[in-house]
Amino acid sequence: MREGFSAIAANRFGLGARPGELAAIADDGRDWLEAQLRAGPPVLSDPQLRSSQETLAQAQKLRQEIRAQRKSAEGATAPGKAGADDAAAAAQALPQFLRPIYLSEVTARLRAAVATERPFIERLTQFWGNHFAVSVDKQLLSGLAGSFEREAIRPHVLGNFSDLLLAVETHAAMLLYLDNHLSVGPHSQAALRLERRAHPRRLGINENLAREILELHTLGVGGGYTQADVTAFAEVITGWSIGGEGGGPFVGGEPGKFLFRPELHEPGAKRVLGTAYADGGYGQGVAVLRDLAGHPSTARFIALKLARHFIADDPPPQAVGRLARAFTGSGGDLPTVYRALIDSREAWVQPLAKYKTPSDYIISGFRGLTLPVEAGQPALTPFGVLGQRVWEPGSPAGWPDRSADWDGASALMKRIEWADALGQRLGNRRDAVQLAPQLLGANLSAATRSAVAHAASAAQAVTLLLAAPEFMRR
Amino acid sequence: MQRREFLNFGTLLAGGALLTSRVAFARADERRARLVLIIMRGALDGLAAVPPHGDRDYAALRGEFALRAPGEAGGALPLDGFFGLHPSLAFLQQCYAARELTVLHALASPYRERSHFDGQDVLENGSPRAHALATGWLNRALAQAPGPSSREAGVALGQNVPLVMRGPAEVTSWSASKLGALDEDTLARITDLYAADPLLSVRLADALAANAIASADGAGSLAALAPDTAVRDTSAAGVSQPARPAQANGARYAQVVRAAAGFLRQEAGPRVAMFDTTGWDTHANEGAAQGQLAGRLSALDSGLATLKQELGPVWSDTAVLLVTEFGRTAAINGTRGTDHGTATVALLVGGAVAGGRVIADWPGLSARALYQGRDLQPTLDLRSVLKGVLQEHLLVPPRELEHTVFPDSRTARPLTGLVRT
Repeated sequence: MREGFSAIAANRFGLGARPGELAAIADDGRDWLEAQLRAGPPVLSDPQLRSSQETLAQAQKLRQEIRAQRKSAEGATAPGKAGADDAAAAAQALPQFLRPIYLSEVTARLRAAVATERPFIERLTQFWGNHFAVSVDKQLLSGLAGSFEREAIRPHVLGNFSDLLLAVETHAAMLLYLDNHLSVGPHSQAALRLERRAHPRRLGINENLAREILELHTLGVGGGYTQADVTAFAEVITGWSIGGEGGGPFVGGEPGKFLFRPELHEPGAKRVLGTAYADGGYGQGVAVLRDLAGHPSTARFIALKLARHFIADDPPPQAVGRLARAFTGSGGDLPTVYRALIDSREAWVQPLAKYKTPSDYIISGFRGLTLPVEAGQPALTPFGVLGQRVWEPGSPAGWPDRSADWDGASALMKRIEWADALGQRLGNRRDAVQLAPQLLGANLSAATRSAVAHAASAAQAVTLLLAAPEFMRR
Repeated sequence: MQRREFLNFGTLLAGGALLTSRVAFARADERRARLVLIIMRGALDGLAAVPPHGDRDYAALRGEFALRAPGEAGGALPLDGFFGLHPSLAFLQQCYAARELTVLHALASPYRERSHFDGQDVLENGSPRAHALATGWLNRALAQAPGPSSREAGVALGQNVPLVMRGPAEVTSWSASKLGALDEDTLARITDLYAADPLLSVRLADALAANAIASADGAGSLAALAPDTAVRDTSAAGVSQPARPAQANGARYAQVVRAAAGFLRQEAGPRVAMFDTTGWDTHANEGAAQGQLAGRLSALDSGLATLKQELGPVWSDTAVLLVTEFGRTAAINGTRGTDHGTATVALLVGGAVAGGRVIADWPGLSARALYQGRDLQPTLDLRSVLKGVLQEHLLVPPRELEHTVFPDSRTARPLTGLVRT
């Protein structure tokens, strides 16, 4: 059924059809996707957006000021109200600085998703951003999540997995999110120095990042690593830090920039997954990451996640196997893996196999109705109301990717209420009868066509189109 | 000093079980037992929430972050002389004194690895293996529980239903709405449009049922609840670290517990409510008597106090169970926090709880006693606690507990006597 190809290409692989998109795709869904792979990386540039380094350097300065004001407030002889007020105001300064950065990034990302003519690549960007999730419920990350995606993810979405992995794990946002900038080798120079001075502070490793790299970023939870591998790998990446972050032995370096601190690095050779890695300072961690990127478990795990995202909640094993072979055979060349995905027959047989996430639902609504994206809070609000605040999965595992995680009763009601609010806002400025076949193509059911056609008002017609079962899925 | 309370494992003899459930049947109609399940996602540090200050190895493991004995500055709140409660848990300590709190320590689910996400899956699916089942033990228990059945047996406070509450029994989810209600005509047309869709038709009906219950709640009017950021969707495992300012913490759970109480205090409402809490994954700068974890615990404690207040007389029929996927390392790590561990605590609180006890077969914290040399050794299976509560509180037949609710759980015998009978 070739007619269905355009609807699947635009809604499953893309971000939901814009009016006219299905006609442009015609019956060449695969060609349309393939063409999107051929252009350059999906950069998102906007002179208003700051780099991570800039944000972090500024945040460091602010935190120093806050500390200084708090100290002077505590030091005031009469615990004067003025001092306390200053300290309280200073504590607000950091969120006040970070919040507008977060909102600008949310706006830019939504605008890119709504306007893009390469929606497949934008979906892949979101997929990888979620695979390597950071979460803005950790305060500093609200200023870094957006720039992290632009700096570490976007340049490598059409590149090699190994480079993507290295860019992510050496990015300040990830190091901060999973605490690695503070992790210290127990026999490092810094630790020994403190010990000699009989300092009460014990320095040591924090295994958070090492564990999540193995469990969530590369091998996957059943991928064949042990607690000993986690501990050894955590030692390998001690010293992977950020300029200006931390205190005591950790300060120094160019503020906000990735920095390898040899004095924090655990010396010596280490064994990870049965392979011995000679002590090479920073290079030791890079070597482990390169090997992890090429590990067969990584190929399987990435293949499964891609197949789950693009084919079905529980994808057919043969499709997963094919993607894994493409991954391994190409040495982690991502476009090769995407081509194997596009060529998977399984991705094209069941038109509405995936239940949209709230984010998918909102973006496809904006695209389908060609809604303008207002800057700032209005760009974030629908994501909060529908239950998927941008870059706030609350966990390094990212947002889940199965129907059961998103199809709750209350969640459905929120979508319907949003559809209703949009209908009322737009009134007769959109013609849902004319839009329905343009957005849903071959997926449009007779029941939806009829419901939209017989709606009591243009506003209600818009609501019914967005609430339709085939608009809830992709 | 009473550090070991005898574990009261109930009999599995068919006759005994039969007798229990008959007696229980009569009680069910009178008491209308309520259960609140709170999942603490991210792995709660049990050695900080309920510090064993009497253990001779505890202080050395925790160093400057060890909580002091009750009576000392910043010390723990007294429990039984060996264990204390974190100083942020003042309301829970009152419950303990009123014999309405039971602490279960050195407890773990059957999961023995250290992934949050698999750990939570095992915690919720009720089998010994991650991803072995697509339904949760709480839902399967509800499907087998006797007593008056309303359309919705349980409610998840939040937009979606977490795994633990998914399954054959009819349950719903509810969260306050920011957007306006739909007019009846539009709703009727959408209902028609969903008629042929097996998933959406059920979900919409569940949502409407929950809204009907919510609007039937008079005094505390659920409908008037403002949308709550704490009731955000947490179907994803919430494990990242907190960032919200401490002063906002006190009210963090106020809305969600008001919503839970609003459902539970209604005659025709669900008997079981659940919600998630997040932010327990304290890898760095965990704090001690004060600090990051203290703020979280304090918010939870005041949330529970609000729950009691909002439930009013229904509190006496209520058991609140707080569980987490696993514990944390016994020692402090290199970044003043704790990494993923094994055994931890569960808390059972409420008017229906036979409390005032710490139940623990304490394994000790010496280097030799630690699990794999790093974690508190589990000596009590979480499923024993769950079975005991489900059997004696919700009156789920023991046979069903063994077969459908907790498959492959023969070694976890029900721990009885946890609720007042």
